[in-house]
Amino acid sequence: MLFFSFFKTLTNQTVTIELKNDIRIRGILKSVDQYLNIKLDDIEVLDLDKYPHLSSIKNMFIRGSVVRYVMLPRSEVDVGLLEDATRRGE
Amino acid sequence: MADTEDAGASVSEPLDLVRLSLDEIVFVKLRGDRELKGRLHAYDSHCNLVLGDVEETIYVVEEDDNEQETTRTIKKQEEMLFVRGDSVVLISPQA
Repeated sequence: MLFFSFFKTLTNQTVTIELKNDIRIRGILKSVDQYLNIKLDDIEVLDLDKYPHLSSIKNMFIRGSVVRYVMLPRSEVDVGLLEDATRRGE
Repeated sequence: MADTEDAGASVSEPLDLVRLSLDEIVFVKLRGDRELKGRLHAYDSHCNLVLGDVEETIYVVEEDDNEQETTRTIKKQEEMLFVRGDSVVLISPQA
């Protein structure tokens, strides 16, 4: 539940998601669920020349299992709070 | 349970080793010939992680004209990174 709660605190922030097939997508994190499925709005695909098939898409649902990384804005992450929550095993 | 809990410093199950690395630099090996080095801020039982000041190293094997294999490395920096646990192979404390 820790990361579910964590991502909920990041809603309406701009994040970059790297998928397991190397596609990187930047967008506004609109919602997240317990599987860490993610809904992104106003998306922009990095390396669009490599992946032109996504050029017309403006928002998307990403299945949690295909995510490799989520790059986060450092200023929006309270690392002390995260570490305490991790120690408590939330 | 007869076993007494040590005051937090014990390693009785594998993830306890990871708990001792909180707010420390860790080395993480991932699927797909990738490695990360960064400060561990959070983890859970799936090995989902949040790392700060991360250096990612990607190993790319290329074959040249003579069918000789050479390994190229790509390095990337990220300030704050969530890593999904199903890509994680190992987590090691860095001295």
